[in-house]
Amino acid sequence: MTSSKKDPVLVVLQLSGAYDALNTIIPYNDPHYKDFRTVLKVEPEEVLAIDNNVGFHPSMAPIKNLYDQGKVAVIQGIGYPNPIRSHFRSMDIWHTAAPEKMGMDGWLGRAIGDMDPHKENVLTGVNFGRGLPRALATSGVSVASVGGLDQLGVLTGIEDQNQRTEALDIFARMYSPMIGSGVTNDYLSQTGLDALKGADILATAPAGYTSTVEYGGDQFSQWLKNVAQVHLAGLGSRVLYTGLNPGAFDTHANQTTAFPQLWGQVSDAVENFYQDLKEHDASQEVVILMFTEFGRRVQENGSGTDHGSGSVAFVVGDAVEGGLYGDYPSLELDKLDQGDLQWNNDFRNTYATLLEKWMGLDAKPILRGSYEQFDFIK
Amino acid sequence: MAENDIASMGHLMRRAGFGAQYHELEARAAKGYEETVEELLNPQDHPDGMDLDLAERYFIEWNHFIRGVPEYIAFRMINSARQLEEKIVLFWHGILCISDSKLQSYPTEYEELELFRHHGLGSFKDLLLGISKDPAMIYYLDNCLSHKGAINENYGRELLELFSLGVGMDGEFNYSEDDVKECARAFTGWTIANSIPQQPYGRYAAQFVYNPDDHDDGEKTFLGETGNLNGEDVIDIIVKQPATARFISRHLYNFFVADDVEVPSWMDTPPRDPETIKMLEDEYFRSDYNIKSMLRVLFNSDAFKNARFAKVKSPIETIIGTLRLVGDWTEPKPGLEFIFDEMKYMGQEILNPPSVEGWHTGKEWIDGGTLVHRINFTADSVCNTSFPGIQSIIEKLAAQAPILSPEGLVDGCLKLLGDYEMSEETRRMLVDQNSKGGEVQTDSEEFGAKVGETLRMIVATKEYLYA
Repeated sequence: MTSSKKDPVLVVLQLSGAYDALNTIIPYNDPHYKDFRTVLKVEPEEVLAIDNNVGFHPSMAPIKNLYDQGKVAVIQGIGYPNPIRSHFRSMDIWHTAAPEKMGMDGWLGRAIGDMDPHKENVLTGVNFGRGLPRALATSGVSVASVGGLDQLGVLTGIEDQNQRTEALDIFARMYSPMIGSGVTNDYLSQTGLDALKGADILATAPAGYTSTVEYGGDQFSQWLKNVAQVHLAGLGSRVLYTGLNPGAFDTHANQTTAFPQLWGQVSDAVENFYQDLKEHDASQEVVILMFTEFGRRVQENGSGTDHGSGSVAFVVGDAVEGGLYGDYPSLELDKLDQGDLQWNNDFRNTYATLLEKWMGLDAKPILRGSYEQFDFIK
Repeated sequence: MAENDIASMGHLMRRAGFGAQYHELEARAAKGYEETVEELLNPQDHPDGMDLDLAERYFIEWNHFIRGVPEYIAFRMINSARQLEEKIVLFWHGILCISDSKLQSYPTEYEELELFRHHGLGSFKDLLLGISKDPAMIYYLDNCLSHKGAINENYGRELLELFSLGVGMDGEFNYSEDDVKECARAFTGWTIANSIPQQPYGRYAAQFVYNPDDHDDGEKTFLGETGNLNGEDVIDIIVKQPATARFISRHLYNFFVADDVEVPSWMDTPPRDPETIKMLEDEYFRSDYNIKSMLRVLFNSDAFKNARFAKVKSPIETIIGTLRLVGDWTEPKPGLEFIFDEMKYMGQEILNPPSVEGWHTGKEWIDGGTLVHRINFTADSVCNTSFPGIQSIIEKLAAQAPILSPEGLVDGCLKLLGDYEMSEETRRMLVDQNSKGGEVQTDSEEFGAKVGETLRMIVATKEYLYA
């Protein structure tokens, strides 16, 4: 890979728990909004208006700022056929890109397999978090998953370096895949070998990194910092994944406290990440996708909102043609889907756009079908 | 006693408990397999599983203050003679989930674990009733915010989706969106006194309260039955559904026997072993939803006995099992907090599952990050020859013969770990590594360290990730 043009990189931020689309991009001039949301409504003067119809929640000022610079695509009314209101099944659908039947492997795992078919780089896909999201889990595809750049290395308890080298050599041989040992064993083998290789390389990332950007102390911000460190270290990573703890945005109650706090934290972290890349002249190399598993019920339940369907997603970056995409779902009673926002564009349209127009891949085999694409990539 | 008796006993104790040292396996094998199953199901000694007097004085904060509960739970898992009772606590904790990140009230959370300890092996109907009145659950899934005329469906939904029926079975949905709403209506008025957040009541557990004024008395139709249903009626309807029998049976199988696919796939993916699931479903109805009866059938089944090493160990099984093996923390002493971080790094923080879905299991326990933590923790523990459990392994090996061949050392260690099985390739590599020094004299000074190094490589193998 000696081309002077850097390979495009996709950063995916999974904002779990189902953020309330209606209070994220707010139809603040729609009279129905105030009726449905007597407690949770955001007053029109507080909304960070995009146009006369919709605007960002006030806690998202840093993202609004990026929007004003033309770097944010807002995908309104995103969803999938026959919406499921279970967090787990719905997140699974976003991960596998298979709403109709149970998918076993992840769309990004398949994309990584496509980019690096011979597994030349164990760091083509890197996840920061506790547990590997199914989006990245595809059999035969190597993905590094770490809890943080400060926790790396196998058998670090062996102090004698020669002894450790010898032990790691045996470890590598013991984890070499054996024919016919089964799916789980193959997976464990691959994971063991990748952990061994990946840890050594990843451990080098923080050393060369300096930045004036100060990330927040929370885990999400720190993981985004790790994402920046890995990207800037030039390790050839193409898909970098992290997110909030599962259920973070699941605001059945006390939404007025938790919701602005979470979006504030996420927005700050994203802005810091963008500035960090910009400072290193790398902001044109990365596009960010932010998504959640579904929207929330239009009618509030008192202090919070229950599970809904139609949602909103965001694509951020220099390469992004900012603006509103998809239609804002109607709040007319008869246009709601069982009291929820009716989706109008399939999430796989967004995936297909990112895969083809940004990553330069053939989306069809990865998504197992053809999907209409947006124009949000320049 | 036959060699395979130890192997079966090692298997039973890893599944029905958190593993056992070799001398305990010998003693239990001498009593017999079925007798041990009965003893695990109906333990006679130690009403608390251990002498709690000292522990309670030591973990003085466990009951009332903000720290200490995870350590106290871990201490009981390590030391309780009633191993199945502690294991079933972990089983239900992973299904009927609550999370400290929302509750931040260890006293209230602890009450829920006590519910599992006392009713986890009893009737599933009682357990569902108990969990529906459990203050931690009521707060965690917002039932205290669900009111007559203004329901919050969080508990109503998860009760059906994750605690009893499951989304679907054999490709069909088990309930509708309307059932969720009706279920939530039936539980209105089931609330708590003493709000959960720390101030001003934080050091005391919250209490269940039924508020009849806030209960929706209207007619409801739930899973086809109509009437003025309340929470008890809904539970009565739930427990007699075939889907509930299937759901609980699959969970028991996945936890105790062998890794099945993840729960969200259960609607469309049939059980890995339909015959055993059918047997458990039948026992569920025959015994009036009795978990102990289901487990008796399970542990005595061939499917269970033949499922050695068919499960990837969970992080808590790994950590507690390792501490039981090395014989650390048999008495209270400072510093057990570290166990909490280890659980977190390996991906299973007790009292803090990632979501109401609990933890994903099987190979999903393992990724590059969690694998490294798991291996480093177990490797560092077993090569520490000052631990009594490791000392005992060294002594038993030394008593075998004055000189051990590389094969003898590896096989001896595997046996004393509870008859661990390695693939022939892996065993060969372990032996080769030991061959460099040739035979080893068991009374030599370096013998202990040699055993430690052998154990360290054994626990770093793929095979040791399984139980």
